[in-house]
This record gives sequence, C-alpha cells and structure tokens, in this order.
Amino acid sequence: MLTGLLLAAGSAGRGLIDLDLTSLPLVGEMLAEHPTIAWPLLMLAIGCGVVIGYITVFSLLAVYAERKISAFMQSRLGPMEVGPYGLLQTAADGLKLLAKEDIIPRDADKLLYIIGPIFVFTGVWLSFVVLPYGPDLIVADLNVGLLFLAAVASIEVVGVLMAGWASNNKWALFGTMRMITQLVSYEIPIGLSFVAVVAISGSLSMQEITLDQQGWFWNWYLFRNPFLFVGFFLYFIASLAETKRAPFDLPEAESELVAGFHTEYTGMRFSLFFLAEYAAMYVVSATAAVLFLGGWCTGFAFIDSWMMESAGFQRVLANVVGLTSITIKAWFLVAVMMWLRWTLPRIRLDQVMYVCLKVLLPFSFGVLVFSTLWELVTDGTLFGDWWPLFQFLISIGGFGLLMMNFMAKERPYDIEADFRPLRHSEVHAAPDAGARG
Amino acid sequence: MYFDFANVLVFLLFGIAFVILNVAVLSRLMRPTIRQPDKDTAYECGEPVIGSSWVRYDMRFYTVALIFIVFDVEVAFLYPWALVFKGLKNAGAPGGGMFVFIEMLVFVAILVVGFLYVWVRGDLEWVKSMPESQSGQGSGSGGTGERAKQRDAAPTARS
Repeated sequence: MLTGLLLAAGSAGRGLIDLDLTSLPLVGEMLAEHPTIAWPLLMLAIGCGVVIGYITVFSLLAVYAERKISAFMQSRLGPMEVGPYGLLQTAADGLKLLAKEDIIPRDADKLLYIIGPIFVFTGVWLSFVVLPYGPDLIVADLNVGLLFLAAVASIEVVGVLMAGWASNNKWALFGTMRMITQLVSYEIPIGLSFVAVVAISGSLSMQEITLDQQGWFWNWYLFRNPFLFVGFFLYFIASLAETKRAPFDLPEAESELVAGFHTEYTGMRFSLFFLAEYAAMYVVSATAAVLFLGGWCTGFAFIDSWMMESAGFQRVLANVVGLTSITIKAWFLVAVMMWLRWTLPRIRLDQVMYVCLKVLLPFSFGVLVFSTLWELVTDGTLFGDWWPLFQFLISIGGFGLLMMNFMAKERPYDIEADFRPLRHSEVHAAPDAGARG
Repeated sequence: MYFDFANVLVFLLFGIAFVILNVAVLSRLMRPTIRQPDKDTAYECGEPVIGSSWVRYDMRFYTVALIFIVFDVEVAFLYPWALVFKGLKNAGAPGGGMFVFIEMLVFVAILVVGFLYVWVRGDLEWVKSMPESQSGQGSGSGGTGERAKQRDAAPTARS
C-alpha cells in the first residue's frame, strides 16, 4: 500500500511540473466523476467524522460491556458509581487518560516511540474504509476491498514492533516478540479463509460479497457448504488471536508481563493503543459478518428484496435496517469474544504456535481445497433453487454429528497436563527473548 | 474508481491527524508536565534498570517469520486465482472448472510438501526437549541434563 501511495505521490509530482492535472489518471477521473471537488470532499469529511464517532461510541460501550459481563460472570456489580449503572465510567476513564502526563523514557528511540501509535491506530482505522454498513453506507467500495482489509491489518504489526522495540524495556520486548509471532502466524489461516470465500464470491469488493448472500439466511456463506461452515470457525479462532483476545492474550498477560508492548506508554498514547484494540475487535467481527453472515442482509428474503428495490425515503429506511442488521451481527460476535475471555484460561506460547501451525493451518488448507471442490461438483444448483437450503441442512447436520461424536467420547480433562508450567528440561531455551545483554 | 482510492488517502491523513491532534494538542492542553529524572527510566518493577533491552533473542522467532513469509506470499498468489475462479468455471474454461481447480491444487500441493517437510523435521515444535537435542549431539554435556532432571524430579515427587 505504501508503494501505491509513493507511486501516487510521484505521479502527482510529475503532474504538477507539467501543470496539466487533468492528464493524470487519478485527478482526471475524479474531475470527470465529480465536476466540483467541494461536494465529495464535504461528504468525505462527514464520513471521517461519522466513522470516528462510531469507533469511539463502540469502544466506550464495548469497554463498559466487558466490565459488566466480567462482573456478571464473577458475581460482582462492576462499575456502578459514575452515571446511572456506571454508564459514564468509560467516558470518565477516557477523560482521565487525556489528562495524564506524557512520558517518553530517556533511553527510548524517540522517533519510533512517537510514530508507533500512529501506525497501530491508522492500520485499524483504514480497515473501516471498506466495511459496509448498508446498501449505500460504505466509505469506499474498493474493487480490492478484502485484499485492502488484509493489507492494512498487517500495518498494525509494524506499529507494534516499532512501539515495543523503541520502548527499550524488557517487558515491552518480551510482549512484542510474543505478539509479533502470534499476529504473523495467525494471518495465514485468516488469509486462507479469505481466499476460500473469494473463490466462491468471485469478487473482492465487500458490497458484492454481501449482495451475493442476499435472500434467506441459508444463502449466507456460513451455510454455503459444509467446509465454509468450518472455515467460519477457523476464521473466528484466528481473529481472536489477531486481536489478542483470551485465550490468546499472552502478549499482554498482566500477570506475567506488566502490560506487553505498551508498558512504557502513558496517557493519550496508551489510550490510542486501547482504542485501536477495541476497534480491531469490531473490524474482525464485522468482517466475519460480511464474509460469512450476510453482512447487512437481514436473512429474510422479503426484507432483502425490499431493501434492494426501495427508493427515496424507503431507501433511507433500508439503510437503517441494514445498519441495524450488521450491527447486531458484529456486536453479537464481539459479545462472544468477551464471553470467551472470561471463560477460558490463557494458553502458553507453545500451545499458541501449536494451534496455529498444526491445527488451523492444515484445516484452512483443507477448507480452501474442499470448499472449492464442492462448489465445482455441485455447481450451486444440484437440486435447483432449493439447493442452498439443502446445503444449509447438510452443514448443520454435519456439525451436529461432529458435536455428538465429541460429546459421546469420554475425554478426561487433564488440567495437570494442559495447563501446568513447562519444566526446565522440556525447554530448549527460555520461551521468551533470552536477555543476554 | 480512482476516487475511491482518494477516499483511502483522505482517511489515512485523517487517521494520522487524529493521533497527532489527540496526543500533541488536546492532551497537551490538559496534562501536567512534572519532570523528574526517575520518571524517565524504563520500568523494571521499580528496580534500577540493568543494561539495555536491545538484545538478541531466540532463533525460533526467525523460523516463524520464515514460515510466515512463505505462506503469506502463497496466500497473496492465491487471491488472483480465487478472483477469476468463478468466472472461468461459469465461462466453461477448457476441461471445465476442474482444470482451474487442479492448477490451484498443484500450487498448494507443492507448498504442503514443504510444510510437511518442516513438520517432520520438527521445526514447528516450539518446545524442543533438552535430552533429545543433547543425545543428538552425543557430546558430554550430561551434567546439565542430570541437574535439570533432578530439578524436575522434585515437583513430581511432591505432587
């Protein structure tokens, strides 16, 4: 993406020398589409404002929900003091962080320390450009939307490495190395599930992927074939690791490392990491909703066809319905993430690598190959128009059989073997960065 | 179409501006700045800092990075294939979509062979047990191994 920007900047520079802006592909096309530049720029400004507002509101509510859910699961009350039922607690926390002193350690690499948060936040922020919220509600329906999403998601890795390394703090270094390993490994299963979906949709545009799933809910890619059904769960597990959520939260394990890569960050710089983390939760959940759960489609054929055909004021209503639909789906997945966080214990780094390289990676290869093969053999119309319903039943039935098989097996839960710390003789070297300095 | 990418550019600039605005302007107006030499040291649980943190770290992280590069490039190559697969299948490519599918299968199979090689070689094992690696070397550093065994024997006996 940076290469693209450099190319764009370079071509813009050449254009300025020639003093013929319209000859450039970018500007010429833009002027052809929009004779006056003021209106689209205004719309963009509004778009930026709306999206930043959405992220902020989502993060405030998500932090509040997380505290309340954890409190509920541990028979506590959670925040109750600020505002009714503690609703304003997170807003008060944000205000507090804004007023906290900003400290840059003496030994830190100042430049990297300062631009680290910019990379982390901007990477997540750019993902919102291609996330659809309704038939017309999308900032930019790029024809390479999904690829763009995968590309900007990996900018975060660079930012984390900058921040953690520049801090010159041992805790930060340990957390960074763990986190880079984890983020980089789990990008592969995520990428392969993306490819499996693209092979079926035939498009990378987020709107076209969504539109391909309209109609009844058995048209969703989740039920498109039994293998994509598995693919959704692979994606969801991998996205838990991508967002550092439990049980994969060991890069920020409070009881082992103080706070992970942002140990040295204070005040507003820290809160930007925090904001990016919660925004990333929304991004991966909304992506899962778009790729597998029909995006802003409601799952009812008559509502979806009305949304497509509506015009004028009804079109506005249709967008509201779409926004509600994808918000429910994405927030439900976020709620599942929180539920998992307070249910599962944290796993060890060797287990994290085992899950990725030896479980998710072979499975996602299988999902890609077999889901494509299934698509080829059945061709989407084995029993005429009712084929999607059959596939839905096959997926659900297969999943049910699998679950029954799991339930039937007596699997003794060996907490000693699964969660004991590693013995010295089992470890070739220290699992983390060996500090030899 | 190009205008969509102009949106991306504006969003990129806005994202950077948002961070700078918050950190360098909004927060600067509200936060105190009380300089103190101790505050500027790295946090090591309140102890004086020992040495720099910019040290060498474990080889295994490099292995993971190498595996990542191989598979990430593979995924990047699969995107164009996935994009045209549906069209070629519906357009009746030579040999039907099966030909296109087998092409992908060959590409994936080559990488899976490499993946299996790495797996069998044991490079995907995060934890490499010490007695094994020492028996592989066959040299006489058994003293550390013995001590490690004794250390491990103690907690087992207790439990």
